[in-house]
Amino acid sequence: MRNKNPLRFIYATPYAAWLLLFVLAPIAVIVYYSFFDLSGHLTLANYRNFFSSIYFKLTMSSFWYAFLITFFALLISYPTAYFLTKTKHKQLWLLLIIIPSWINLLLKTYAFIGLMGIYGPINAFLETVGIGSQQILFTDFSFVFVSVYIFIPFMILPIFNSLDKINPTLLDASKDLGANAWVTFKRVIWPMTTDGVKSGIQVVFIPALSLFMITRLIAGNKVITLGTAIEQQFLVTQNWGMGSTIAVFLIIFMFLIMVLTSGKKGGIIK
Amino acid sequence: MKKLGILPKVYLAAVFVILYAPIFYLIYYSFNSGDGMSNFESFTLDHYQAVFQDTRLLIIVLNTVIIALLSALLSTTIGVMGALTIYFMKNKSARQAVLSLNNILIVSPDVIIGASFLILFTLIGVKLGFASVLISHIAFSIPIVVIMVLPKLLEMSTTLIDAARDLGASRKDILTRVILPYIKPGIFAGFFLALTYSLDDFAVTFFVTGNGFSTLSVEIYSMARTGITLTINALSGLIFLLTIILVLGYYIIGNKAKSPQGVKK
Repeated sequence: MRNKNPLRFIYATPYAAWLLLFVLAPIAVIVYYSFFDLSGHLTLANYRNFFSSIYFKLTMSSFWYAFLITFFALLISYPTAYFLTKTKHKQLWLLLIIIPSWINLLLKTYAFIGLMGIYGPINAFLETVGIGSQQILFTDFSFVFVSVYIFIPFMILPIFNSLDKINPTLLDASKDLGANAWVTFKRVIWPMTTDGVKSGIQVVFIPALSLFMITRLIAGNKVITLGTAIEQQFLVTQNWGMGSTIAVFLIIFMFLIMVLTSGKKGGIIK
Repeated sequence: MKKLGILPKVYLAAVFVILYAPIFYLIYYSFNSGDGMSNFESFTLDHYQAVFQDTRLLIIVLNTVIIALLSALLSTTIGVMGALTIYFMKNKSARQAVLSLNNILIVSPDVIIGASFLILFTLIGVKLGFASVLISHIAFSIPIVVIMVLPKLLEMSTTLIDAARDLGASRKDILTRVILPYIKPGIFAGFFLALTYSLDDFAVTFFVTGNGFSTLSVEIYSMARTGITLTINALSGLIFLLTIILVLGYYIIGNKAKSPQGVKK
Protein backbone atom coordinates (compact mmCIF):
# COMPACT_ATOMS: atom_id res chain seq x y z
CA MET A 1 0.00 0.00 0.00
CA ARG A 2 3.03 2.24 0.16
CA ASN A 3 3.28 2.82 -3.55
CA LYS A 4 0.66 4.27 -5.84
CA ASN A 5 -2.49 2.25 -5.83
CA PRO A 6 -4.66 2.57 -8.94
CA LEU A 7 -7.67 1.22 -7.06
CA ARG A 8 -7.41 3.96 -4.49
CA PHE A 9 -7.38 6.58 -7.19
CA ILE A 10 -10.63 5.20 -8.58
CA TYR A 11 -12.50 5.47 -5.32
CA ALA A 12 -10.93 8.71 -4.17
CA THR A 13 -12.08 10.56 -7.28
CA PRO A 14 -15.88 10.61 -6.80
CA TYR A 15 -15.49 11.62 -3.18
CA ALA A 16 -13.00 14.35 -3.98
CA ALA A 17 -15.28 15.60 -6.75
CA TRP A 18 -18.14 15.71 -4.27
CA LEU A 19 -16.07 17.66 -1.75
CA LEU A 20 -15.16 20.17 -4.41
CA LEU A 21 -18.58 20.55 -6.00
CA PHE A 22 -20.94 20.27 -3.07
CA VAL A 23 -18.94 21.45 -0.07
CA LEU A 24 -16.45 24.04 -1.27
CA ALA A 25 -18.24 25.40 -4.35
CA PRO A 26 -21.54 26.15 -2.53
CA ILE A 27 -19.76 28.25 0.09
CA ALA A 28 -17.84 30.01 -2.67
CA VAL A 29 -20.94 30.86 -4.69
CA ILE A 30 -22.75 32.14 -1.59
CA VAL A 31 -19.86 34.46 -0.78
CA TYR A 32 -19.61 35.51 -4.43
CA TYR A 33 -23.31 36.32 -4.77
CA SER A 34 -23.32 38.33 -1.55
CA PHE A 35 -21.44 41.06 -3.40
CA PHE A 36 -24.10 41.60 -6.06
CA ASP A 37 -27.25 43.68 -5.89
CA LEU A 38 -30.56 43.01 -7.60
CA SER A 39 -29.46 44.41 -10.95
CA GLY A 40 -26.20 42.48 -10.96
CA HIS A 41 -23.79 45.24 -9.98
CA LEU A 42 -20.77 44.49 -7.86
CA THR A 43 -21.43 46.25 -4.57
CA LEU A 44 -21.05 46.21 -0.82
CA ALA A 45 -24.58 47.52 -0.37
CA ASN A 46 -25.86 44.17 0.91
CA TYR A 47 -23.39 44.26 3.75
CA ARG A 48 -24.29 47.87 4.52
CA ASN A 49 -27.93 46.83 4.53
CA PHE A 50 -27.24 43.94 6.82
CA PHE A 51 -25.84 46.22 9.48
CA SER A 52 -28.73 48.62 9.11
CA SER A 53 -31.31 48.40 11.85
CA ILE A 54 -33.81 45.84 10.46
CA TYR A 55 -31.36 43.06 9.74
CA PHE A 56 -29.41 43.65 12.89
CA LYS A 57 -32.58 43.45 14.95
CA LEU A 58 -33.57 40.36 13.02
CA THR A 59 -30.25 38.68 13.82
CA MET A 60 -30.59 39.55 17.48
CA SER A 61 -34.12 38.17 17.74
CA SER A 62 -33.11 35.08 15.81
CA PHE A 63 -30.33 34.48 18.35
CA TRP A 64 -32.69 35.10 21.23
CA TYR A 65 -35.18 32.53 19.94
CA ALA A 66 -32.43 30.01 19.21
CA PHE A 67 -31.12 30.55 22.73
CA LEU A 68 -34.56 30.02 24.26
CA ILE A 69 -35.17 26.90 22.18
CA THR A 70 -31.77 25.43 23.06
CA PHE A 71 -32.17 26.30 26.74
CA PHE A 72 -35.56 24.66 27.13
CA ALA A 73 -34.54 21.66 25.05
CA LEU A 74 -31.54 21.14 27.33
CA LEU A 75 -33.63 21.69 30.45
CA ILE A 76 -36.03 18.94 29.43
CA SER A 77 -33.53 16.60 27.80
CA TYR A 78 -30.87 16.29 30.46
CA PRO A 79 -33.09 14.73 33.13
CA THR A 80 -34.76 12.62 30.47
CA ALA A 81 -31.43 11.26 29.28
CA TYR A 82 -30.31 10.74 32.86
CA PHE A 83 -33.43 8.80 33.87
CA LEU A 84 -33.27 6.81 30.64
CA THR A 85 -29.81 5.49 31.48
CA LYS A 86 -31.29 4.18 34.73
CA THR A 87 -34.09 2.22 33.10
CA LYS A 88 -33.95 -1.51 32.61
CA HIS A 89 -34.15 -1.74 28.82
CA LYS A 90 -32.46 1.57 28.17
CA GLN A 91 -31.63 0.95 24.50
CA LEU A 92 -35.24 0.12 23.77
CA TRP A 93 -36.51 3.19 25.61
CA LEU A 94 -33.97 5.32 23.79
CA LEU A 95 -35.24 3.95 20.51
CA LEU A 96 -38.76 4.89 21.53
CA ILE A 97 -37.56 8.44 22.22
CA ILE A 98 -35.88 8.55 18.82
CA ILE A 99 -38.83 7.24 16.80
CA PRO A 100 -40.77 10.53 16.81
CA SER A 101 -37.74 12.22 15.28
CA TRP A 102 -38.09 9.88 12.30
CA ILE A 103 -41.63 11.02 11.62
CA ASN A 104 -41.71 13.69 8.98
CA LEU A 105 -41.07 17.10 10.50
CA LEU A 106 -43.85 18.70 8.50
CA LEU A 107 -46.43 16.25 9.81
CA LYS A 108 -45.52 16.91 13.43
CA THR A 109 -45.68 20.64 12.86
CA TYR A 110 -49.00 20.23 11.11
CA ALA A 111 -50.33 18.30 14.11
CA PHE A 112 -49.68 21.32 16.30
CA ILE A 113 -51.85 23.47 14.08
CA GLY A 114 -54.73 21.25 15.14
CA LEU A 115 -53.62 20.79 18.75
CA MET A 116 -53.13 24.47 19.42
CA GLY A 117 -55.99 25.79 17.34
CA ILE A 118 -58.89 27.75 18.85
CA TYR A 119 -61.03 24.61 18.86
CA GLY A 120 -58.15 22.25 19.59
CA PRO A 121 -57.78 20.02 22.66
CA ILE A 122 -55.41 22.35 24.50
CA ASN A 123 -57.92 25.16 24.39
CA ALA A 124 -60.71 22.75 25.30
CA PHE A 125 -58.66 21.81 28.34
CA LEU A 126 -58.05 25.44 29.28
CA GLU A 127 -61.78 26.02 28.93
CA THR A 128 -62.69 23.23 31.36
CA VAL A 129 -60.03 24.30 33.84
CA GLY A 130 -61.61 27.72 33.79
CA ILE A 131 -58.84 29.76 32.22
CA GLY A 132 -60.80 30.11 29.03
CA SER A 133 -59.54 29.59 25.52
CA GLN A 134 -56.51 31.51 24.40
CA GLN A 135 -54.92 32.38 21.11
CA ILE A 136 -52.02 29.91 21.27
CA LEU A 137 -51.23 29.48 17.63
CA PHE A 138 -49.28 32.26 15.93
CA THR A 139 -47.53 33.41 19.09
CA ASP A 140 -43.94 33.38 20.29
CA PHE A 141 -44.90 30.71 22.76
CA SER A 142 -46.19 28.31 20.12
CA PHE A 143 -43.09 28.84 18.03
CA VAL A 144 -40.70 28.07 20.89
CA PHE A 145 -42.81 25.17 22.11
CA VAL A 146 -43.02 23.40 18.76
CA SER A 147 -39.34 23.99 18.05
CA VAL A 148 -38.34 22.57 21.43
CA TYR A 149 -40.61 19.61 20.75
CA ILE A 150 -38.90 18.98 17.42
CA PHE A 151 -35.38 19.21 18.85
CA ILE A 152 -35.73 17.24 22.10
CA PRO A 153 -34.74 13.84 20.63
CA PHE A 154 -31.63 15.35 19.03
CA MET A 155 -30.61 16.80 22.39
CA ILE A 156 -31.32 13.61 24.34
CA LEU A 157 -29.25 11.35 22.09
CA PRO A 158 -25.74 12.83 22.61
CA ILE A 159 -26.37 13.42 26.32
CA PHE A 160 -27.59 9.85 26.73
CA ASN A 161 -24.48 8.56 24.97
CA SER A 162 -22.11 10.48 27.21
CA LEU A 163 -24.03 9.56 30.38
CA ASP A 164 -24.06 5.96 29.32
CA LYS A 165 -20.30 5.91 28.97
CA ILE A 166 -19.68 6.91 32.59
CA ASN A 167 -18.14 4.10 34.57
CA PRO A 168 -20.54 3.36 37.47
CA THR A 169 -17.65 2.65 39.84
CA LEU A 170 -16.80 6.35 39.68
CA LEU A 171 -20.18 7.14 41.21
CA ASP A 172 -19.62 4.55 43.91
CA ALA A 173 -16.20 6.04 44.60
CA SER A 174 -17.73 9.46 44.87
CA LYS A 175 -20.28 8.19 47.36
CA ASP A 176 -17.59 6.36 49.36
CA LEU A 177 -15.64 9.57 49.60
CA GLY A 178 -18.63 11.18 51.23
CA ALA A 179 -20.15 13.19 48.41
CA ASN A 180 -23.89 13.64 48.42
CA ALA A 181 -26.00 13.31 45.27
CA TRP A 182 -25.70 16.97 44.33
CA VAL A 183 -21.92 17.10 44.74
CA THR A 184 -21.58 13.87 42.78
CA PHE A 185 -23.62 15.38 40.00
CA LYS A 186 -21.74 18.66 40.00
CA ARG A 187 -18.22 17.31 40.34
CA VAL A 188 -18.42 13.93 38.61
CA ILE A 189 -21.40 13.48 36.30
CA TRP A 190 -21.74 16.93 34.78
CA PRO A 191 -18.03 17.38 33.87
CA MET A 192 -18.06 13.99 32.18
CA THR A 193 -21.09 14.82 30.09
CA THR A 194 -20.18 18.31 28.92
CA ASP A 195 -19.06 16.91 25.56
CA GLY A 196 -22.50 15.40 25.05
CA VAL A 197 -24.19 18.61 26.14
CA LYS A 198 -21.99 20.59 23.77
CA SER A 199 -22.81 18.46 20.76
CA GLY A 200 -26.48 18.59 21.80
CA ILE A 201 -26.33 22.38 21.85
CA GLN A 202 -24.62 22.30 18.49
CA VAL A 203 -27.28 20.17 16.81
CA VAL A 204 -30.04 22.34 18.25
CA PHE A 205 -28.74 25.88 18.18
CA ILE A 206 -27.60 26.02 14.55
CA PRO A 207 -30.82 24.59 13.06
CA ALA A 208 -32.83 26.77 15.46
CA LEU A 209 -31.22 29.85 13.93
CA SER A 210 -32.39 28.80 10.52
CA LEU A 211 -35.87 27.36 11.03
CA PHE A 212 -38.27 28.69 8.51
CA MET A 213 -41.18 26.36 8.02
CA ILE A 214 -42.19 26.40 11.68
CA THR A 215 -42.15 30.18 11.68
CA ARG A 216 -44.53 30.16 8.74
CA LEU A 217 -46.89 27.43 9.90
CA ILE A 218 -46.94 27.95 13.65
CA ALA A 219 -45.76 31.47 14.30
CA GLY A 220 -47.79 32.94 11.47
CA ASN A 221 -44.92 35.05 10.12
CA LYS A 222 -44.68 36.89 13.43
CA VAL A 223 -41.32 35.39 14.20
CA ILE A 224 -38.60 35.91 11.64
CA THR A 225 -35.39 33.94 11.97
CA LEU A 226 -32.29 34.16 9.82
CA GLY A 227 -33.63 31.11 7.98
CA THR A 228 -36.94 32.78 7.25
CA ALA A 229 -35.11 35.84 5.96
CA ILE A 230 -32.94 33.77 3.64
CA GLU A 231 -35.90 31.85 2.31
CA GLN A 232 -37.79 35.10 1.81
CA GLN A 233 -34.91 36.69 -0.11
CA PHE A 234 -34.28 33.65 -2.28
CA LEU A 235 -37.74 32.40 -3.10
CA VAL A 236 -40.09 35.34 -2.63
CA THR A 237 -38.19 38.58 -3.25
CA GLN A 238 -35.73 36.82 -5.58
CA ASN A 239 -32.96 38.98 -4.20
CA TRP A 240 -30.21 36.38 -4.20
CA GLY A 241 -27.54 38.92 -3.31
CA MET A 242 -29.15 39.96 -0.04
CA GLY A 243 -30.11 36.35 0.70
CA SER A 244 -26.49 35.31 0.20
CA THR A 245 -25.28 38.07 2.49
CA ILE A 246 -27.53 36.85 5.29
CA ALA A 247 -26.37 33.31 4.49
CA VAL A 248 -22.73 34.41 4.81
CA PHE A 249 -23.44 35.65 8.33
CA LEU A 250 -25.28 32.46 9.17
CA ILE A 251 -22.26 30.47 7.98
CA ILE A 252 -19.95 32.62 10.13
CA PHE A 253 -22.19 32.08 13.16
CA MET A 254 -22.22 28.38 12.40
CA PHE A 255 -18.43 28.19 12.48
CA LEU A 256 -18.29 30.23 15.68
CA ILE A 257 -20.76 27.94 17.38
CA MET A 258 -18.91 24.88 16.14
CA VAL A 259 -15.64 26.19 17.54
CA LEU A 260 -17.29 27.09 20.85
CA THR A 261 -19.01 23.76 21.25
CA SER A 262 -16.51 21.33 19.80
CA GLY A 263 -15.44 18.86 22.44
CA LYS A 264 -11.93 17.55 22.75
CA LYS A 265 -12.86 14.28 21.17
CA GLY A 266 -14.36 16.06 18.19
CA GLY A 267 -16.47 14.22 15.69
CA ILE A 268 -19.97 15.35 15.02
CA ILE A 269 -22.43 12.54 14.96
CA LYS A 270 -25.93 13.60 14.25
CA MET B 1 -28.29 -0.30 39.57
CA LYS B 2 -30.77 1.65 41.64
CA LYS B 3 -34.39 1.43 40.66
CA LEU B 4 -36.11 4.52 39.41
CA GLY B 5 -38.16 6.43 41.94
CA ILE B 6 -41.73 7.43 41.29
CA LEU B 7 -40.93 11.01 40.31
CA PRO B 8 -38.45 10.15 37.55
CA LYS B 9 -40.95 7.62 36.22
CA VAL B 10 -43.67 10.26 36.04
CA TYR B 11 -41.23 12.62 34.36
CA LEU B 12 -40.24 10.06 31.73
CA ALA B 13 -43.87 9.16 31.16
CA ALA B 14 -44.71 12.83 30.63
CA VAL B 15 -41.92 13.21 28.08
CA PHE B 16 -43.13 10.15 26.21
CA VAL B 17 -46.71 11.39 26.22
CA ILE B 18 -45.70 14.79 24.87
CA LEU B 19 -43.46 13.24 22.20
CA TYR B 20 -46.17 10.94 20.92
CA ALA B 21 -49.26 13.08 21.49
CA PRO B 22 -49.11 15.02 18.20
CA ILE B 23 -48.52 11.86 16.20
CA PHE B 24 -51.41 9.93 17.69
CA TYR B 25 -53.57 13.02 17.57
CA LEU B 26 -53.04 13.16 13.80
CA ILE B 27 -53.76 9.48 13.36
CA TYR B 28 -56.83 9.60 15.60
CA TYR B 29 -58.44 12.31 13.50
CA SER B 30 -57.57 10.53 10.27
CA PHE B 31 -60.57 8.30 11.11
CA ASN B 32 -62.88 11.25 11.70
CA SER B 33 -65.86 11.61 9.40
CA GLY B 34 -66.10 15.27 10.37
CA ASP B 35 -64.12 17.87 8.52
CA GLY B 36 -61.57 19.05 11.06
CA MET B 37 -59.28 18.12 13.90
CA SER B 38 -61.54 19.40 16.66
CA ASN B 39 -64.58 17.20 17.21
CA PHE B 40 -64.66 13.55 16.39
CA GLU B 41 -67.93 12.63 14.73
CA SER B 42 -67.71 9.00 13.73
CA PHE B 43 -65.28 6.44 12.46
CA THR B 44 -64.55 6.38 8.74
CA LEU B 45 -61.87 5.21 6.35
CA ASP B 46 -62.86 7.78 3.75
CA HIS B 47 -59.68 9.79 4.10
CA TYR B 48 -57.55 6.73 3.52
CA GLN B 49 -59.58 6.01 0.45
CA ALA B 50 -59.02 9.59 -0.64
CA VAL B 51 -55.27 9.14 -0.34
CA PHE B 52 -55.36 6.09 -2.59
CA GLN B 53 -57.61 7.77 -5.12
CA ASP B 54 -55.54 10.91 -5.38
CA THR B 55 -53.28 10.07 -8.31
CA ARG B 56 -51.32 13.30 -7.98
CA LEU B 57 -50.55 12.50 -4.35
CA LEU B 58 -49.60 8.93 -5.22
CA ILE B 59 -47.20 10.15 -7.88
CA ILE B 60 -45.64 12.47 -5.33
CA VAL B 61 -45.27 9.58 -2.88
CA LEU B 62 -43.68 7.52 -5.62
CA ASN B 63 -41.31 10.39 -6.46
CA THR B 64 -40.32 10.69 -2.83
CA VAL B 65 -39.59 6.98 -2.53
CA ILE B 66 -37.65 6.82 -5.80
CA ILE B 67 -35.56 9.84 -4.82
CA ALA B 68 -34.91 8.33 -1.39
CA LEU B 69 -33.88 4.91 -2.69
CA LEU B 70 -31.73 6.23 -5.53
CA SER B 71 -30.04 8.89 -3.43
CA ALA B 72 -29.41 6.44 -0.58
CA LEU B 73 -27.90 3.93 -2.98
CA LEU B 74 -25.64 6.42 -4.73
CA SER B 75 -24.64 8.32 -1.62
CA THR B 76 -23.80 5.05 0.12
CA THR B 77 -21.54 4.08 -2.79
CA ILE B 78 -19.71 7.41 -2.86
CA GLY B 79 -19.71 7.63 0.94
CA VAL B 80 -18.02 4.25 1.30
CA MET B 81 -15.44 5.35 -1.24
CA GLY B 82 -14.96 8.51 0.79
CA ALA B 83 -14.52 6.61 4.03
CA LEU B 84 -11.92 4.38 2.36
CA THR B 85 -10.14 7.45 1.01
CA ILE B 86 -9.99 9.01 4.46
CA TYR B 87 -8.97 5.70 6.04
CA PHE B 88 -6.00 5.26 3.74
CA MET B 89 -4.78 8.83 4.12
CA LYS B 90 -1.41 8.73 5.83
CA ASN B 91 -1.06 12.44 6.55
CA LYS B 92 -2.81 13.07 9.86
CA SER B 93 -3.57 16.76 9.39
CA ALA B 94 -4.78 16.24 5.84
CA ARG B 95 -7.08 13.53 7.10
CA GLN B 96 -8.42 15.84 9.79
CA ALA B 97 -8.97 18.57 7.20
CA VAL B 98 -10.95 16.26 4.91
CA LEU B 99 -13.02 15.08 7.87
CA SER B 100 -13.83 18.66 8.81
CA LEU B 101 -14.88 19.40 5.24
CA ASN B 102 -16.96 16.24 5.31
CA ASN B 103 -18.81 17.44 8.40
CA ILE B 104 -19.62 20.89 7.04
CA LEU B 105 -22.74 19.67 5.25
CA ILE B 106 -23.90 17.79 8.34
CA VAL B 107 -23.91 20.86 10.54
CA SER B 108 -24.88 23.35 7.84
CA PRO B 109 -28.39 24.67 8.24
CA ASP B 110 -30.70 23.25 5.59
CA VAL B 111 -31.50 26.73 4.36
CA ILE B 112 -27.85 27.35 3.51
CA ILE B 113 -27.55 24.02 1.71
CA GLY B 114 -30.76 24.70 -0.18
CA ALA B 115 -29.88 28.25 -1.14
CA SER B 116 -26.32 27.49 -2.21
CA PHE B 117 -27.40 24.45 -4.23
CA LEU B 118 -30.04 26.59 -5.91
CA ILE B 119 -27.37 29.05 -7.04
CA LEU B 120 -25.06 26.22 -8.05
CA PHE B 121 -27.67 24.45 -10.18
CA THR B 122 -28.67 27.68 -11.84
CA LEU B 123 -25.03 28.43 -12.65
CA ILE B 124 -24.26 24.98 -14.02
CA GLY B 125 -27.57 24.82 -15.84
CA VAL B 126 -29.19 21.87 -14.10
CA LYS B 127 -32.92 22.10 -14.60
CA LEU B 128 -34.80 22.33 -11.34
CA GLY B 129 -36.89 19.23 -10.78
CA PHE B 130 -36.17 15.54 -10.39
CA ALA B 131 -32.46 15.82 -11.22
CA SER B 132 -31.70 18.75 -8.95
CA VAL B 133 -33.57 17.17 -6.02
CA LEU B 134 -31.82 13.83 -6.54
CA ILE B 135 -28.38 15.40 -6.76
CA SER B 136 -29.00 17.48 -3.63
CA HIS B 137 -30.14 14.47 -1.65
CA ILE B 138 -27.08 12.50 -2.72
CA ALA B 139 -24.87 15.45 -1.80
CA PHE B 140 -26.18 15.91 1.71
CA SER B 141 -26.33 12.17 2.45
CA ILE B 142 -22.71 11.39 1.54
CA PRO B 143 -21.14 12.86 4.71
CA ILE B 144 -23.59 10.91 6.87
CA VAL B 145 -22.57 7.65 5.21
CA VAL B 146 -18.90 8.52 5.72
CA ILE B 147 -19.55 9.18 9.42
CA MET B 148 -21.27 5.82 9.76
CA VAL B 149 -18.67 3.79 7.85
CA LEU B 150 -15.43 5.35 9.06
CA PRO B 151 -15.64 4.11 12.70
CA LYS B 152 -16.07 0.56 11.39
CA LEU B 153 -12.93 0.93 9.27
CA LEU B 154 -10.98 2.36 12.16
CA GLU B 155 -11.94 -0.40 14.52
CA MET B 156 -10.83 -3.04 11.99
CA SER B 157 -7.50 -4.52 12.97
CA THR B 158 -4.78 -3.72 10.42
CA THR B 159 -3.32 -7.18 10.92
CA LEU B 160 -6.37 -8.45 9.03
CA ILE B 161 -5.18 -6.70 5.89
CA ASP B 162 -1.59 -7.77 6.47
CA ALA B 163 -2.69 -11.36 6.87
CA ALA B 164 -4.71 -11.22 3.67
CA ARG B 165 -1.73 -9.82 1.82
CA ASP B 166 0.57 -12.47 3.26
CA LEU B 167 -1.84 -15.06 2.00
CA GLY B 168 -1.47 -13.63 -1.47
CA ALA B 169 -4.63 -11.57 -1.82
CA SER B 170 -4.57 -8.86 -4.45
CA ARG B 171 -5.60 -5.30 -3.64
CA LYS B 172 -8.98 -5.92 -5.16
CA ASP B 173 -9.41 -9.09 -3.12
CA ILE B 174 -8.49 -7.27 0.06
CA LEU B 175 -11.10 -4.66 -0.68
CA THR B 176 -13.95 -6.94 -1.71
CA ARG B 177 -13.28 -9.93 0.52
CA VAL B 178 -11.80 -8.45 3.67
CA ILE B 179 -12.64 -4.78 4.07
CA LEU B 180 -16.14 -4.56 2.61
CA PRO B 181 -17.55 -7.56 4.51
CA TYR B 182 -16.06 -6.20 7.70
CA ILE B 183 -17.63 -2.77 7.37
CA LYS B 184 -20.97 -4.07 6.09
CA PRO B 185 -22.93 -3.09 9.24
CA GLY B 186 -21.67 0.47 8.88
CA ILE B 187 -22.66 0.50 5.22
CA PHE B 188 -26.18 -0.68 6.03
CA ALA B 189 -26.54 1.84 8.83
CA GLY B 190 -25.36 4.57 6.47
CA PHE B 191 -27.81 3.48 3.79
CA PHE B 192 -30.73 3.51 6.21
CA LEU B 193 -29.83 6.91 7.58
CA ALA B 194 -29.43 8.33 4.08
CA LEU B 195 -32.82 6.89 3.23
CA THR B 196 -34.52 8.50 6.20
CA TYR B 197 -32.75 11.81 5.70
CA SER B 198 -33.97 11.88 2.15
CA LEU B 199 -37.53 10.91 3.06
CA ASP B 200 -37.58 13.53 5.78
CA ASP B 201 -35.95 16.43 4.04
CA PHE B 202 -38.00 19.50 3.48
CA ALA B 203 -35.89 22.65 3.49
CA VAL B 204 -33.27 21.65 0.91
CA THR B 205 -35.86 20.13 -1.42
CA PHE B 206 -38.05 23.19 -1.08
CA PHE B 207 -35.27 25.33 -2.54
CA VAL B 208 -34.27 23.13 -5.46
CA THR B 209 -37.59 21.64 -6.46
CA GLY B 210 -38.78 24.23 -8.96
CA ASN B 211 -42.27 23.98 -10.40
CA GLY B 212 -43.97 20.79 -11.39
CA PHE B 213 -41.91 18.44 -9.25
CA SER B 214 -42.70 17.84 -5.63
CA THR B 215 -41.83 15.51 -2.78
CA LEU B 216 -44.07 14.59 0.10
CA SER B 217 -42.61 17.10 2.56
CA VAL B 218 -42.97 19.97 0.14
CA GLU B 219 -46.49 18.86 -0.71
CA ILE B 220 -47.52 18.61 2.95
CA TYR B 221 -46.11 22.09 3.49
CA SER B 222 -48.22 23.62 0.78
CA MET B 223 -51.28 21.62 1.88
CA ALA B 224 -50.80 22.71 5.49
CA ARG B 225 -50.45 26.34 4.46
CA THR B 226 -53.83 26.29 2.80
CA GLY B 227 -55.51 24.80 5.87
CA ILE B 228 -56.45 21.56 7.52
CA THR B 229 -57.46 18.63 5.34
CA LEU B 230 -57.85 15.22 6.87
CA THR B 231 -56.16 13.66 3.84
CA ILE B 232 -52.89 14.77 5.42
CA ASN B 233 -53.91 12.94 8.58
CA ALA B 234 -54.56 9.74 6.71
CA LEU B 235 -51.26 10.16 4.94
CA SER B 236 -49.50 10.65 8.26
CA GLY B 237 -51.08 7.47 9.57
CA LEU B 238 -49.62 5.56 6.65
CA ILE B 239 -46.24 7.25 7.01
CA PHE B 240 -46.16 6.45 10.72
CA LEU B 241 -46.76 2.79 9.95
CA LEU B 242 -44.00 2.82 7.35
CA THR B 243 -41.62 4.57 9.73
CA ILE B 244 -42.21 1.97 12.41
CA ILE B 245 -41.44 -0.77 9.88
CA LEU B 246 -38.27 1.03 8.79
CA VAL B 247 -37.15 1.61 12.38
CA LEU B 248 -37.76 -2.02 13.25
CA GLY B 249 -35.74 -3.04 10.21
CA TYR B 250 -32.95 -0.72 11.24
CA TYR B 251 -33.09 -2.03 14.80
CA ILE B 252 -32.98 -5.66 13.69
CA ILE B 253 -30.07 -5.05 11.33
CA GLY B 254 -28.31 -3.05 14.02
CA ASN B 255 -28.80 -5.79 16.59
CA LYS B 256 -27.74 -8.54 14.23
CA ALA B 257 -24.56 -6.67 13.42
CA LYS B 258 -23.81 -5.76 17.02
CA SER B 259 -20.13 -5.26 17.36
CA PRO B 260 -18.40 -4.67 20.69
CA GLN B 261 -18.68 -0.93 20.17
CA GLY B 262 -22.08 -0.95 18.53
CA VAL B 263 -23.25 1.45 15.88
CA LYS B 264 -23.96 4.94 17.04
CA LYS B 265 -26.66 6.77 15.21
